[in-house]
Amino acid sequence: MPQKMVGNAAVDVDADGYLTDFSQWTRDVAAAIAAEEGIAALGPAHWKVIEFMQKEFKETGQAPSIRRLNKSGVITTKELYELFPGGPAKKAARIAGLKKPEGCV
Amino acid sequence: MNEKIKKVSIIISKGGLDGVYPGLIMANGARMEGIEASLFFTFFGMDAITKKRMGRIKVATVGNPGMHMASLIGILPGMSAMATSMMNKTMDKLDIPPVPEFVEMIADAGCKLYACKATVDMFKLKKEDFCSQVDSIITVGRFYELAAGGHIIFT
Repeated sequence: MPQKMVGNAAVDVDADGYLTDFSQWTRDVAAAIAAEEGIAALGPAHWKVIEFMQKEFKETGQAPSIRRLNKSGVITTKELYELFPGGPAKKAARIAGLKKPEGCV
Repeated sequence: MNEKIKKVSIIISKGGLDGVYPGLIMANGARMEGIEASLFFTFFGMDAITKKRMGRIKVATVGNPGMHMASLIGILPGMSAMATSMMNKTMDKLDIPPVPEFVEMIADAGCKLYACKATVDMFKLKKEDFCSQVDSIITVGRFYELAAGGHIIFT
């Protein structure tokens, strides 16, 4: 299992860089992954999305789709693309320590 | 390692659910991958952005070879409505939005939407007939200019 250094911690990741063991996730890990994804700093809006995605994942076993995120009232689609430019579903899931999203929507 | 696709211009030329959804999913999928995307609606594909029609796009059950149903059955009254309703319910369960919501989502994701001038003239439509997400009515020549440097996907 490939490992990666995130700050001072070593975390297990899959070939695409997603965490394979959620218990290794910390806010520092999230910030380090966000930096890799080109997001210099995670603000309160980012954290709102991350926390919602983690909650959904715990309840349903899957990261929520963009449609679900929009409907939840946590964030609008427009804002989501501004917060995580270049692929919000994948980036936010990776930063949140979740698996790579599998849907087509 | 292949070079990543950076820009796509997607044409939606056919009506019906099976005609409009592929292009919409491609456009949304492109935006989800950070690919610059635009949609060009022409001919019956234009139903997907026409206010009066976008909420009631159906799937044809007659003369539709892709439909898993003999045309003789498909012709019975109510079959198209039933097939459409079943398909809509299934898509909703898979989190695929109905056309008006999907168009809004795709526009919010940063995709540009254009209507084909030739079809607009043919169907005698005006900008007010389209949903608010449509950026402008353009000619095919303008489409080619806008598509420069990217891939063109025809559906």
